Amino acid sequence: MEKMSAIEVISLTKKFGAFTAVDSISFSVEEGELFGFLGPNGAGKSTTAYILTTLLKPTSGTAKINGIDILQSPEKVRKSIGIVFQDQTLDNRLSAYDNLNIHGMLYNMPAAARKKRIKEVLELVELSEWENKLVKTFSGGMRRRLEIARGLLHTPKILFLDEPTLGLDAHTRRHMWTYIKKLKEQGITIVLSTHYLEEADALCDRIAIIDHGKIIALDTPQNLKKLVGGQVLSIKSQDNEKMLGLVNSKNLGANARILNGSVSFEVKNGSEAIPGIVNAAEKAGIKIESIELHVPSLEDVFIKLTGEQIREETAGQSDFKRGLAHGH
Amino acid sequence: MAIELIKIYAVWFREVKRFANSKSRIVGSLAMPLFFLIALGGGIGALVPDFNYPTFILPGIIGMTILFNSIFSGVSIIWDRELGYLKELLVAPTSRATIVIGKALGGATTSVLQGAVILALGIIFGLASPSLIGVLLAIFIMVIFATLIVSIGIIFASIITEIETFQLVVNLIMMPLFFLSNALFPVEKMPEWLKTLSMFNPVSYGVDALRTLINGAGSNPFVLDILILLAILIVALGLAGALFNRTSI
Ligand SMILES: Nc1ncnc2c1ncn2[C@@H]1O[C@H](COP(=O)(O)OP(=O)(O)O)[C@@H](O)[C@H]1O
Ligand SMILES: [Mg+2]
Repeated sequence: MEKMSAIEVISLTKKFGAFTAVDSISFSVEEGELFGFLGPNGAGKSTTAYILTTLLKPTSGTAKINGIDILQSPEKVRKSIGIVFQDQTLDNRLSAYDNLNIHGMLYNMPAAARKKRIKEVLELVELSEWENKLVKTFSGGMRRRLEIARGLLHTPKILFLDEPTLGLDAHTRRHMWTYIKKLKEQGITIVLSTHYLEEADALCDRIAIIDHGKIIALDTPQNLKKLVGGQVLSIKSQDNEKMLGLVNSKNLGANARILNGSVSFEVKNGSEAIPGIVNAAEKAGIKIESIELHVPSLEDVFIKLTGEQIREETAGQSDFKRGLAHGH
Repeated sequence: MAIELIKIYAVWFREVKRFANSKSRIVGSLAMPLFFLIALGGGIGALVPDFNYPTFILPGIIGMTILFNSIFSGVSIIWDRELGYLKELLVAPTSRATIVIGKALGGATTSVLQGAVILALGIIFGLASPSLIGVLLAIFIMVIFATLIVSIGIIFASIITEIETFQLVVNLIMMPLFFLSNALFPVEKMPEWLKTLSMFNPVSYGVDALRTLINGAGSNPFVLDILILLAILIVALGLAGALFNRTSI
């Protein structure tokens, strides 16, 4: 018997007026998988999450969640999923307990089961002592954890996490990763969207890289990194243009480009290539200031695929305003 | 059906709990009507010595209390959208009608509580001495009136979605509904234009019914007031449901 995919997306497209936010994407997510959506702001990650959770209607295409069509039975779909939205959706004027309790009632959980489960999820995110405090007194990290607890309360088969660590400090972010790993161990299918490369790398089984509404690559982090041949060299010199020309004309490496004030390119074996490169630069009269060698990261993959760096964003604005800031 | 009841209860519970958690809203919502009752009742009352004005406006001030709180509750959906909570409601496996009904009943509950407090104070101050049946019927009228006003608020919140217009919307609905009604002026003494406008104002029927029950001084037959209120309630609630059904995140 063929195994049913947890999520199956078929040529999903979403247009806002003339602007195409999600451009005919197709993919499937297996049960128990931690699937990543990696892309810069405005790539279409949240829009996709809204469509898959039935909050927005696609312009064309459709998707099946646990085998149920999102257009035909949206209410059935909603029963089996949980979501932590990018922007906060808690009620600040209620206590943590009330936020969870109301959620449980909305998902038709019987009173006894609700009570028990609220205890469990609060323990999971280490907020048990705070259950009767108003959410408005919580820090950003605590609110995020409470939202995860709420998304899990009704034991969904699939959990959507839209930029779960956006705006959190590095320490809290890593803490959050351990929760997400714990969830994966419990066997929940997770769709995580993020624009943090290390986050996708650290957590995901497979990653779809999305840019301008299109999936431009989809594979395991390891395989994605193989897209970049060998190693990456970054050379800082006094004349980057000339250095770039040299790399290209002498075929010193592949995919050379200027990034952050140095020339980056791929080589098969860095340590072996460096002496030759230094020699060639000297002959051409270029003064090298520093050389950096590293194994390819997802960042290199992203740059190779899009020709751009992934843009880091600040937190706090709504999706739409953030999109506007980028000129859409 | 039982499934939807617990969900309606959830939305209702949120409204009531939010209200209970906000001390400033409770104090503020009672301070304004009391201020109106004392200042207007005393001030204008002195101008018309042969007319018991404070007693006359008591039902009007109860109507005002309910009107303000109920409009605010309905229109607060705009805030729910801005602050994100609307997403939590819409992504739940809950019908839109459930959310509208829960919201309407929640707003009505907090409104009627306030209306009842003003009525109690009015009785304590000796402005009125209704019978027990009169009080119970008055509470019933308050529930219908409040539910219909929350529905009107939801209608506006479903059409106008920008947070920037929140205060404008609240004032634009509230002020005409309050002042172009019989809450502060007797219909018999109104200029023709005001009389006509107040006839098309649901607030007038709520206040008139309360006046009949509290002072025995309403202008319309009580049954007529009830029937008109119920008719407006059904239309407003239906329209609120239909419009909210089309709303998006
Ligand atoms: N309601 C909307 N109306 C118009 N454009 C929108 C709307 N929502 C999102 N967009 C645009 O669609 C694009 C994708 O947005 P989004 O899905 O939020 O991206 P991401 O979550 O990857 O940052 C952005 O350019 C954004 O401006
Ligand atoms: Mg987003």
